Amino acid sequence: MNRVQLIGWQILVGVTLIGLWQVLTTVPIFGVTLLPPFFFSTPEKVVERIVKWFVEGTIWRHLAITLTEAILAFVIGSLGGALVGFWFARQQTVAAVFDPYVKMMNALPRVVLAPIFALWLGLGIWSKVALGITLVFFVVFFNVYQGVKETSSTLVDNARMLGMSERQLLRHVYWPSALSWMFSSLHTSVGFAVVGAVVGEYLGSAAGLGYLIQQAEGTFDVAGVFAGMTVLALFVVVIDWLVTKVEQRLLVWRPNASAERM
Amino acid sequence: MPSHDASQSAAVTLADVTVAFRLADGGSFTAVENADLSVAPGEFVAIVGPTGCGKSTLLNVAAGLMTAAAGSVAIFGEPLGGINRKAGYLFQGDALFPWKTAVENVAIGLEVSGVDPRDAQARAQTWLTSVGLGAFANRYPHMLSGGQRKRVGLAQVLIRDPKILLMDEPFGPLDAQTRQIMGNLLLDLWTAERKAVLFVTHDLEEAIALADRVVIMSAGPQSRIIGNWTVPLPRPRDIFEIRLDKTFHDLHREIWGVLKSEVMKGYQQSANVAQGMAV
Repeated sequence: MNRVQLIGWQILVGVTLIGLWQVLTTVPIFGVTLLPPFFFSTPEKVVERIVKWFVEGTIWRHLAITLTEAILAFVIGSLGGALVGFWFARQQTVAAVFDPYVKMMNALPRVVLAPIFALWLGLGIWSKVALGITLVFFVVFFNVYQGVKETSSTLVDNARMLGMSERQLLRHVYWPSALSWMFSSLHTSVGFAVVGAVVGEYLGSAAGLGYLIQQAEGTFDVAGVFAGMTVLALFVVVIDWLVTKVEQRLLVWRPNASAERM
Repeated sequence: MPSHDASQSAAVTLADVTVAFRLADGGSFTAVENADLSVAPGEFVAIVGPTGCGKSTLLNVAAGLMTAAAGSVAIFGEPLGGINRKAGYLFQGDALFPWKTAVENVAIGLEVSGVDPRDAQARAQTWLTSVGLGAFANRYPHMLSGGQRKRVGLAQVLIRDPKILLMDEPFGPLDAQTRQIMGNLLLDLWTAERKAVLFVTHDLEEAIALADRVVIMSAGPQSRIIGNWTVPLPRPRDIFEIRLDKTFHDLHREIWGVLKSEVMKGYQQSANVAQGMAV
């Protein structure tokens, strides 16, 4: 299948699903509307709502806030995860001591932390950032930890024979190796940063996409809920596309990263 | 080869070296026992032995990557402590930094020792050209073939001008033709500037074709050095041609007579180990 055909099929799937939704909510079949518009809204109304948000400009503030929260969560969580992962991988004793606690923290469903963060940090953006950090941190942490531990021993031996000191070894071998693992988890961690922001907003806030959806639900405004979800989905697709671009730049030396996404 | 007083000026002296590994169950495994070996400056010595005989172990001891349980290691008469700074090591597996381009890989050895990066890059480019990869400077390792990667590896090691070159089956993963081409390249570079070479291989033909002296090790564990032949073939040599030489054939037959039984023993032992693990 070539690129044009692929896009053609992708559009066809979208159009079919939306068409089906439109038909089932508006055209009675044997006198019964299978998807009552009160519960399912209609594509028409959802599009109308989205257009209204963008025309009136109210959506931009919410998007900006969600984006800010996600970026902050991603940056702080990644940095923390990379540093701690690196430290643990180089200091096996430290890793052994903290091991059960890391596992406990990671096993905890992060949603239960949201009210605590709201209590500690208020209803502003920082409680959402904190929630995002708890998600991003572990993804990056585990990847970097594994990456540093699994650095090829031949590579390390070679670096030593080429005259590298311990510090140069960190800079030229362990760190690039850890970074490559971190970047390979980029899609997952960026996704989690957005999830953290939206869930946090949903559970208590005054702005953001999660807030928008939660408000619409509170008033049985199904069109608003679907509109919020659609904007969120498009938002995530755009971010994912940006991440792919960044990845292509940073991982040019990787066999598959450069060949796969041509 | 000019003869040297082995104990005084040898580039590498392994005296009565024993190497043991501690096993997970608390026991220990003796890989190499009482090995005596010396390599004169500028001499090309090949170590041949069956799989698992501890050839690489001996090389790692000479490199300072491993310490001997007993015996002594001296480099140009000085006892070795830590990494052998006078040696360059060409590894069997991929040892290039995948996140550095070919030229960056070659330059890194100079950069870490404080050479100005621009100067290092320029010299790396010259070295790449001399291994026939001048046009591939900006390729990453995964964009190069196995043989090309070995060439980069060779340049990476030689740019630091080591007095000793340690090579662990460096051309093992390559196909037969590429191996011979790499062998000739190695001999050319070595003829230009003679370094002491310790070359580990399981390929007897390769060893005779390249080396001044061939050392045979017995099958492991507790592997020993069991033979030592001087190769009387003239230099410069062409690896493609030399295999047709009568002296080559006679020497090959003679050494193979000794090596064959060790190879069979080594094969038998590894078969037993595999069986023991399966049970």
